[in-house]
Amino acid sequence: MNAKDLHDRLKPLQESKGYHFNPDEKMTMALLESLLVNRDRYGYMACPCRLAAGDLDADRDIVCPCAYREADVAEFGACYCGLYVSREWMTTPEAKRETVPERRPPEKALAALGD
Amino acid sequence: MPHHVKVFALSTCIHCRNTKEFLDQCGVSYDCVHVDELTGDERKACIEEVRRYNPAVSFPTVVIDGDTVVVGFRKDRLRELLGGA
Repeated sequence: MNAKDLHDRLKPLQESKGYHFNPDEKMTMALLESLLVNRDRYGYMACPCRLAAGDLDADRDIVCPCAYREADVAEFGACYCGLYVSREWMTTPEAKRETVPERRPPEKALAALGD
Repeated sequence: MPHHVKVFALSTCIHCRNTKEFLDQCGVSYDCVHVDELTGDERKACIEEVRRYNPAVSFPTVVIDGDTVVVGFRKDRLRELLGGA
């Protein structure tokens, strides 16, 4: 499966839940390609913008769509990596779009790394 | 004197990629480490280093001259600190 296949498979499923792919197609396709890199690397599609531990139990909350997507899209209009956005976000001027801060507790990332 | 810029990044992260492209456009040279591609002790040491600069251990973490930290892709902040484009 390539990024285009993944895009076409996920689009109707996620749109029916109110989550849209980022209209910046270059960004969306790059993120989908990175999800496939992580699937090959770890066996699951860990968020491309977070450091995965490589252990499914430790990374479960960051398997895309991550456990933080709902809260981030509700608050900022976009998820942390920017793959999924709300319909409203798409018409928000770029200057008004906020950088989505990391919501995942740092101890989760560090615990997974044997810290 | 040019700034010393270090970018802690993930090879798969779009915000990291955008940050590096922006620095390139600004003509800023930088060192970049892809933390996800490190293994073993090197990886642990690098994560500890990132954590000292950015307790959230998120990416990109950009360190300028060893003491100024910019977390995430923040064009305006980078432009303000580094000048250029």
